[in-house]
This record gives sequence, structure tokens and C-alpha cells, in this order.
Amino acid sequence: MSTLDSTREFFRRDQVWPFLAPEQAAVNVDNQMILYVEDLNLSFDGFKALNNLNLYINDGELRCLIGANGAGKTTLMDVITGKTQCDSGTVFFGQNHNLLNKDEAEIAQLGIGRKFQKPTVFEEQTVFDNLELSLKTDKRVLPTLFSRLTPTQIDRIDEVLKTIGLAKQRFMLAGALSHGQKQWLEIGMLLVAEPRLLLIDEPVAGMTAQETERTAELLTSLAGERTVIVVEHDMEFVRSIARTVTVLHQGSVLAEGTMDQIQSNKDVIEVYLGEEAAGEEAAKTGASA
Amino acid sequence: MTRLTAWFSEGRSTGKHTLPFVVILLGVTILASAANLLLPADSVFYVSTYTITLLGKYLCYAMLALAVDIIWGYCGILSLGHGAFFALGGYAMGMYLMRQIGDRGVYGNPLLPDFMVFLDWKELPWFWLGMDQFWFAMLMAVFIPGLLAFVFGWLAFRSRVTGVYLSIMTQALTYALLLAFFRNEMGFGGNNGLTDFKEILGFNLQADSTRVALFLITAILLAVIFVISQKILSSRLGKVVLAIRDSESRSRFIGYRTDRYKVWLFVYSAVIAGIAGALYVPQVGIINPGEFSPINSIEMVIWVAVGGRGTLIGAVIGALLVNYAKTRFTAIMPDAWLFALGAMFVLVTLYLPKGLMGLYGQLKAKRNSVTKKESQA
Repeated sequence: MSTLDSTREFFRRDQVWPFLAPEQAAVNVDNQMILYVEDLNLSFDGFKALNNLNLYINDGELRCLIGANGAGKTTLMDVITGKTQCDSGTVFFGQNHNLLNKDEAEIAQLGIGRKFQKPTVFEEQTVFDNLELSLKTDKRVLPTLFSRLTPTQIDRIDEVLKTIGLAKQRFMLAGALSHGQKQWLEIGMLLVAEPRLLLIDEPVAGMTAQETERTAELLTSLAGERTVIVVEHDMEFVRSIARTVTVLHQGSVLAEGTMDQIQSNKDVIEVYLGEEAAGEEAAKTGASA
Repeated sequence: MTRLTAWFSEGRSTGKHTLPFVVILLGVTILASAANLLLPADSVFYVSTYTITLLGKYLCYAMLALAVDIIWGYCGILSLGHGAFFALGGYAMGMYLMRQIGDRGVYGNPLLPDFMVFLDWKELPWFWLGMDQFWFAMLMAVFIPGLLAFVFGWLAFRSRVTGVYLSIMTQALTYALLLAFFRNEMGFGGNNGLTDFKEILGFNLQADSTRVALFLITAILLAVIFVISQKILSSRLGKVVLAIRDSESRSRFIGYRTDRYKVWLFVYSAVIAGIAGALYVPQVGIINPGEFSPINSIEMVIWVAVGGRGTLIGAVIGALLVNYAKTRFTAIMPDAWLFALGAMFVLVTLYLPKGLMGLYGQLKAKRNSVTKKESQA
């Protein structure tokens, strides 16, 4: 490249230098697509955790990810939230935010909230404090030191406390909550931050049937305004909330569609029930045809 | 500035122990000082200058324990190298006091401290320049520990070094400084360190009034630092710090740059340790590389563990009690002190995981439940 070309490249007229660009540009979802995951590869010591994975999530969608253990569901979430670096591929949040060159905190501030498999809340602090910490605020050191709760923020916390049904427990230590309540608190911590995209890992593990039902209601009510990706093993639960289901297998997408389509998909049956069952199924369909 | 005043006057809970602590601390200090200066030496209530100096020393240790507690008790970073920051603050003060000696040293050199004349140095090393100015020396007493903590913390916390690895690194840091300061070529008096001080800001260091003044200043600074720390830790920043201690990855995923919080808290803690060191040196009269010794840093951790980590008042009480015990013990059985210290640490970890403050909390909870039952009956 000649000097002139490199100079032109350096002084591009259609864009500014990265350090001049506004830090928190709004997420561009002009194409109704909020998450683009393309050709993602990641291997741990030769084991391919993610293998050419492609996934597109529409804005406002509720998507369920299912798959056997080791299919790469949690690893995918790790890559999206910046916990794990991938070997190759791209992950874009909207059209303009490349998530691969951001760290966890930055990704969280963009509006991607994550709930872990095991409920992780701040056990030594009250339910209220847990939510206060999760508020969508300036999270740099000095602003945090001088920050005060505004009435709007208190209202927001109260609202979320009501949604997650912990209004009575607000001054209880989070460590004293039951397992199901902790799951709810963690979801509440995501909600109070007003995220665009929620990644929820096994929300109903260890919940009673009633709690599961309420969780399903909550998650479906969130979709539309926010985008929700749920990883879950409980097929009943997935059936009750899912509109679109993506099946992961050995680090790549095996099938995608409605629950009924998935359940009659030959590849999925083969992977889930073994080849024998697939053979039987094929025989059955052959016989009926 | 208005933000700052608003922050201080705001009604966030500052811990119910703060006011009684400040009152008791300043009350005892003023009484002891008055008893030393105003009463005749044969009075029953006379407090000897030796005791005043000893108390001043304890208060410096209490400040140091506060620094360790802020980083360990609240943020879960076990630093086994806080002695380094303490000693660096002490050296800054020592250098100032050394230059104050002027031509009253053994060799009578108006510019060079005795040990430099002894080493046959012809001029003052660059890092001794300006140290004859009190304000500059005091600036260095907080700046150098802060800078070291910043660089160390920035490197360690950004690479996400945590737990026992970090503790070992802090231990290595103080040990490396110990070895470095032992060398004569470093220009800090080598093995002997800095001593034989004459005066501070023109006041004779041996005079009773100077001793009492130093003691009072230490107590006031301890109270101020206590209140500020309490304020910081009860702000939202304090909640974030606790959150980092309990679940660092969770804090990251809700958007906090935990490494930056840790670095700044570490710097704050190191600055307190530096101030404690600077106050310690004029009262004790010497600073030598022994202060960098890893054992000192471990002892600080024991003070905090005994008093109760995660409570500022616990750290202060722990430092005072353990050091009082040390003074007594080393007078009776000097050789047994380290065994006693070790035993104390083992006992506290086994039976009082939350230290004396934890015990106090337990007793209070028990009494409350008893009175509740009685009132119900």
C-alpha cells in the first residue's frame, strides 16, 4: 500500500477513529435482527466445543436452545457475554457492536444480561441491595462512590420486586432465600438493568411446578419488548414457552423450528433417541406411506 | 464540591459503632495527653511519656490494620505485603527527619546524612532531593505507596490473579523490597536504616510535648480515616466491593469493571498504610529494612483476623489487643511470643472465624433472643 493509500485509510472520511466514536452507540436493529453469530469455532485441547456455529436471533424473539450435555449451549453463552474468547468467527449485537472485542462489563452495559446455571446472587447483601447494584447506572468507580438512589430508581426496584414476587423479602439477606427465590432474584437483577437481550441458563432447575409455571409466564411476557434466549433441559417447560427452538449438537446447530417440527425432525430423533429409534421411526413412516 | 458535602451529610447508614468509637478514641487520647503534660510525675494518674509513645505506636498499627481490613475483609484480597506500603511511608518520613539533622550528625556534614559520608558519597542521590521539605516528604509518603499499589494492582488484577497466588505475589513484593533496602548502594542506609533523628518541623523529637502532639495527631488521623472509610464502604461503592468479594464474575456480568474497583481500593488501602508508616517513624525513632519483613505483614493479617475482618472497628480492636499482648508477652517470655501468636491465629480461625466482633455479635443475638422469649412469656 502506498503512503497515500495508507494516509487515506488512516483519515477515512466515512468514519471517525475508534477513540472519538461515542462509547455507547445505540444498538442498530434496522434489520430486525439483534444477534448475529457466524462461523463460531472454539476448541478446548482439541475438543471442539463450538463447531462452525451460526445463529441469528430476531429482535424481540423468545428462543429456546436445547441440546445434550456438551452440545455447546453454555459455551455459546460464555462467548456472547465475553467470558470466553473464541478461536474464530464473529458475534455482532445489532449491526454495529462487535462483541468479540469487548469485555464482560462492557457487554453487560450494552444491555446483555445473563443468568447463570447455578443461581449466583450476592448472598451477604439484602435483596434490595442486590437489585440496587444491578440498576442501569453509570458503573465507573467515582460515579458509583457518589451515587444516590433516585426516586425513579427506587420505584423501578419496587416494580421489579413485585414482578419477581419478593416484595416481602426485600430486606432479607439474599443468602437466606430458597433456591427458587434465588433464581427469581437473579432474573430480577437482569430485569432491573433493563436489558435488550437476556441469556437465561436453566431458569427452572430446582423449582416447584408452580414456580415453573410463573417463570414461564414471566419469560413469555418479557418477549416482544426484550429478546430472550433460554437454555433449558425441561422439555415440558420448553414446550410451554417456545415459539422457535434451536437444537445444538456437538457445537453446531442441528435443527431449528417450532417444537413440533423439532420433535419430528429425523436428525434430532437420531441424536436424542439413538439410531435404533430413528430406524424404527423411518420404518413406521415407511409403513404408513 | 457540593457533591462531596452532600455525600457526607447524606443519611446512609454509617455504622452504629462510628460515633462511639470516635468519641472513645479521642477522649482517651486527650485524657492521656493531659495526664502526661499537666500532672506531676509522682501523681497516681500520671501517664509516662513511654506509655504515650507506646499508645501512639499502637494507634499506627491500628491504622495499618484498618488498611489491611479494607482490602481483605471487604474485598477478599488477602494481601500479605502491606508491610511494604507501611515501610515506604515510613522511609519517606525517615528521609525528611534525616535531612533535618543537618550538620548535627556525627560527621557534621550539612548536606549528607551520616551513612552517606561513611560510604564516601560526594553528593546527595537524586531521590533524596526535596526531602528536606516537610510537605514534599509527606506527599511522597502517600504517593510512593499509592503508586506501587497502583502498578502492582493494575498488573495483578487486570490479569485476574486472585486468591492464594495474589497473596504469594504480595509476599514476594515485600520480600524483594526487603532485600533491596538491605543493600547499602540503594541509598537508604542499608541494614541500619535511618535513625538518630533530632527534630521534626523544628520541634525536638525527645520532648514530651512533641511526643504528645504526635500521639494526638495519630489519633485524630485514625478517627478521620475511620470515618472516611466507613463512609466509602457504606456507599454504593462499598456494596460493589462486597459484591466483588462474594461473586466477582456476577459483578462483571452486571457491568462493573471489577479490576478497576480492586485497583483503586488497593491504592486507597496502601495510602492509609503509608500514612500509618509516616506517623510511626517519628514516634519509634527508627526505620530499617526489618519493617519490610514478610513476618510483619503476616502479623497484620492476624490482628485483623483476631478483631474480626469485615468490620473496621474489629481491625482496630484486634491491632490494639494483639500488640498490647505482644508488649506484655515479650517482656515476660520473649522467646514464646511467636508461638503464642501462632496459637492465637489457629484458635481464632478454628473457633472465632469472625473474630472478636463476630463473638460480640453472637452474644448480642443470643441476649436479644432470650429477652424476646421472656417478653413473649
